[in-house]
Amino acid sequence: MKCRVCGQEAHISLRSYNTALCSQDFTFFLEKRVSDTIQKYHLIEKNDTLIVAVSGGKDSLSVWHILNRLGYKADGVYVDLGIGEYSGESLEKIKKIAETLQRKVFVFHIRKIFERGIDEIAKNIRRVPCSACGMIKRYVMNKVCIDKGYNVLVTGHNLDDEAAALMGNLLYWKEEYLWKKSPFLEGREGHLSRKVKPLFLCSEREMAAYALISGIDYIYEECPFSIDAKSLTYKSILNNLEETSPGTKLQFIKGYLKMIKGGKEVSKDITYCAACGYPCYGDKCNMCRLLDRFHIENRIDFDVYGDNLDRNQKMMT
Amino acid sequence: MQVELDGKIHEIEKPMDVSRLLQQFSLSRETHLVIVNDHLVTEDHRLGRDDRVKLIRVVSGG
Repeated sequence: MKCRVCGQEAHISLRSYNTALCSQDFTFFLEKRVSDTIQKYHLIEKNDTLIVAVSGGKDSLSVWHILNRLGYKADGVYVDLGIGEYSGESLEKIKKIAETLQRKVFVFHIRKIFERGIDEIAKNIRRVPCSACGMIKRYVMNKVCIDKGYNVLVTGHNLDDEAAALMGNLLYWKEEYLWKKSPFLEGREGHLSRKVKPLFLCSEREMAAYALISGIDYIYEECPFSIDAKSLTYKSILNNLEETSPGTKLQFIKGYLKMIKGGKEVSKDITYCAACGYPCYGDKCNMCRLLDRFHIENRIDFDVYGDNLDRNQKMMT
Repeated sequence: MQVELDGKIHEIEKPMDVSRLLQQFSLSRETHLVIVNDHLVTEDHRLGRDDRVKLIRVVSGG
């Protein structure tokens, strides 16, 4: 296969676009796609302060890398779930890229606060680990924005993540979530940061290729608790469709984005947690309830890596 | 050729193209990328006897 742009040997075929590209032209293509998504959906405005939710995986490390290459200065935040070597290795990879990008990263260590890992916390509150993890991550990542002055939280959700979640919401007709999939989620001044997803239209395969070509050292291993995650089943079904009908996932999500323009959101009355101010549906948010349950008075705090970096040093590209 | 998948090394004698190799391991081109001698390659790439091949799973969940 030859690169559609330069005619040299191609390194990746993009069947949904009916094309193939060499490494250099693919890098340009993907970064432009991210940049176009940011512009089209007004994800980032001038004077926004950005922080990227990083996990050590290909998507979050790549979006962090891309944003800084595109000239958007962004720091990182990582929630260390306390899952043995997996969490330790993830953090090492994050620190490495933070150093390369000359940006700092805030780290919340679950074991420091709860004196146990995510699996034990989940067992205690009778939730599956993914559910407890999601709840804590959403809270902590918002908290770092509010406390440290970032008004936009960037996540590495990609096209496949969004298509799988949409499929799940459709299958079970979860109306409360159905119309909330978007490249951006509005914030609430002083309570909730704005969330943006610049990889909304980039597939998981494209993101893995980008990370490999760019030399981004990400963690290949899967979170040990995600093995039975429903999202993996949905992704498998969607990839089977994609195999026979290239472009299905992209059309699914693009069609949805057109639909939500006229769709109506089903919303409940939002209140704010009496203890911390986080949006919730009762008098106290789930995180404050969790802290109470474990009799924890130490509130959320972060370690910071790369805080002593020379900010005037030229950004590495 | 040496083929690495999920940390395990497999020895394959017969030369073939990448598509055929993926089929042999019952893998989809949508879910796996193929690295040959440290370079990403497309499905029509012809693999040689001395190649070092790595099959990278791209799907993550949670």
